Amino acid sequence: MKNFDLTKSTLTRRKVLKTLGAGVAAASILPRLGGIAHAATSEPIRIGFQAHRTGIGAAYGRWYSRATSAAVTRINDMGGINGREVEIITEDDGTDPKRGAEVIEKFAKQHEVDVAFGTLYSHVVYGSAPRAGELKLPYFVVSEGHHVASGKLNRYTLQPGITDVKSQVQAMAPFVADNLGKKVTMIFPDFAFGHDHRDFFTAAIEAQGGEVVESIAIPPTETSFTKYFPRIPRETEVIYHVMVGPAVLTFVKELGEFFGPNRPELFGFIDSLEAVDFASPGLEFLEGSYFWEGMARYAQADQTDIDKTYRAAVGVDNNGASISDSRDVATFSHMFGCWETLNIIKRGMETCGYQGPADRQSLIEAVEAMSDMPYSLDHPQGAKRFNGKTHQTFGHQYISQVIDGKLVVKHKTSIEDGLYEDEVDYTKQSF
Amino acid sequence: MTDSKRSIILHLSFIAVLALVFFILPDYHTGNLARIMVLAIFAMGYNFLFGYTGLLSLGHALFFATGMYGLGMTMQFFDLSSGSAFIAGLICALLVSAIIGALALRTVGVAFMIITLMFSQAGYLIILYFGEYSRGDEGFIIAREARAFMGFDLSDETNRYYAALILFSICFLVIAKLVNSPFGRTLIAIRENEERAKMLGYDVAKYKLIAVIISGVVSGAAGASYALLFGYVGATFATVQYSIFPLLWVLLGGAGTTIGPFIGVLFMFYLIDLSSVVTPAYMLIAGVVLVLLTLFAPQGLAGELRKRVFKWLP
Repeated sequence: MKNFDLTKSTLTRRKVLKTLGAGVAAASILPRLGGIAHAATSEPIRIGFQAHRTGIGAAYGRWYSRATSAAVTRINDMGGINGREVEIITEDDGTDPKRGAEVIEKFAKQHEVDVAFGTLYSHVVYGSAPRAGELKLPYFVVSEGHHVASGKLNRYTLQPGITDVKSQVQAMAPFVADNLGKKVTMIFPDFAFGHDHRDFFTAAIEAQGGEVVESIAIPPTETSFTKYFPRIPRETEVIYHVMVGPAVLTFVKELGEFFGPNRPELFGFIDSLEAVDFASPGLEFLEGSYFWEGMARYAQADQTDIDKTYRAAVGVDNNGASISDSRDVATFSHMFGCWETLNIIKRGMETCGYQGPADRQSLIEAVEAMSDMPYSLDHPQGAKRFNGKTHQTFGHQYISQVIDGKLVVKHKTSIEDGLYEDEVDYTKQSF
Repeated sequence: MTDSKRSIILHLSFIAVLALVFFILPDYHTGNLARIMVLAIFAMGYNFLFGYTGLLSLGHALFFATGMYGLGMTMQFFDLSSGSAFIAGLICALLVSAIIGALALRTVGVAFMIITLMFSQAGYLIILYFGEYSRGDEGFIIAREARAFMGFDLSDETNRYYAALILFSICFLVIAKLVNSPFGRTLIAIRENEERAKMLGYDVAKYKLIAVIISGVVSGAAGASYALLFGYVGATFATVQYSIFPLLWVLLGGAGTTIGPFIGVLFMFYLIDLSSVVTPAYMLIAGVVLVLLTLFAPQGLAGELRKRVFKWLP
């Protein structure tokens, strides 16, 4: 017992002396801080990149990293932000919400980053956002989930670089109803991502005078799908599918075997086939079908210089694959979100004259004040309209048809097609 | 000094050190320690069943998630206060562990592992199936203003740390007391030789069921406290990897030692955290270290300490 008391006592005394010493030293240095303050602002802007390097989001994470590096290279080549170089600190969240929150903590407390950004998977956003709010760390997500605009998160979480699923689905519905059919069967994974599609599209197609005649939820552990297909009603004019994950190839193959040449129209979300080559065996069945794309994977006949420059910068060829490896297909419909978000962070920091973490609130207010963002190399996916109240951006969507194994854009929605009523006003929340 | 006194000093000193390091360590590490203590409660719950009773479950994620959802959903849908919701989480964990224990304990060995794994997987799928309420894989957030207990804001760094420490200490001391009690000795006897324990007249089935329930409730307490302290409830915590984690933590730290679960969680947490700084292939480093530890310290870190130095370690 004596030993413990002695140790405790010595430790306390040392700690007190240390603290006093540190206090005296700090007091003597303080007057000089004004002099080095200017030098301190030449430190790089540090942006924490929460990357899905491992786990189910790894394919997205790889391409998010490439888009991020390319965007930062461009920003630094243009002189950085407020004359300061931008440095990316990457931490793997394992596509896991628990690790995601830990990574946010590490960004804020150990790396002392200025902002965090880059998360895709919704459950990681949900797991991380509360911690970002507690730590008062601006958290720019690139997730396309409806979580931000739904009001479930906090003032420190924003999604200015990519549209959300509610907006995407709402913008698509008129095209589906007018061109493909009004009686729709939905096939979706039986988890939140699929449920969002079910709920938002059901409402959106009804608003167009159509209806969902059957909703088929498929458990995420499923590896064979044929047994679900007899549930597709004969009256179905369009099958809306959003299956994701490694089983998607089996899903398409079995769907093709089930219907043969006499299939209804097919409309899918490219999320199913991001990072998947359309030349993969079994995908021939998709010929003639339609997909939502966030950004056209294949360079189109009317390709713009902006598209050319963006592809070259992120290392993607005209077929949506890596310039160095044609089998390495990009997550082209999502990765632009990293590029655009970084440009928005730059603009926000420049607007508020960002100097350091003390200006984080000013940065958020500067981003909240943004609205229209014109089509430019800063926004290569298309023009955007940011809603500062809901912290969510709105933009154009693309509907493409598979022709000769490539996606050809058939329709581009307007920004207005995707607008919906505000569900929250984050600007009323205190910091 | 008797082993019992040594044990008391060890446990109290350990808690005292944890209480003090909050003032010494940098913010980042105190934040980590709060998480580690909560996860160590989970590991302690697992260790009670695996380390002391000899039952290897592959379904403890379900108990953790039950506590988590028991708290989260009662706060979400019934507006319970954090304290009442925490108790609701414990009651849910108690009921689920009692039912699963009663069914799974009809099997032994590998079959027990598989049955618990299956129950856990069924629990995970139930969470997804009722996504309308549970928000499935996405999960949901517990509002910051709801995360208060007796006037203390649990999202505050200091309050969170000491709330985690108090709960950790309660579980740590209660389990230390239990495993040194006649009840705990009986569990160890069952672990060592179940047939002999039966022959001596112990109702082995009853003891094992109680062990499953205690283990489930402690794991549920960890889940409920994670949700309360960190503000997130999600189905990921019910996946199979969260059944493997406590097994790994306990094996690393030392199965059948009271301090081992904490050491295992601490070691694993910083192994990942530090190796991820060195290389993106940090899981490879983690894997190699785990293999080496398994080869050269098969009884875990605390187990080796007990074997080589502190033979009295409980």
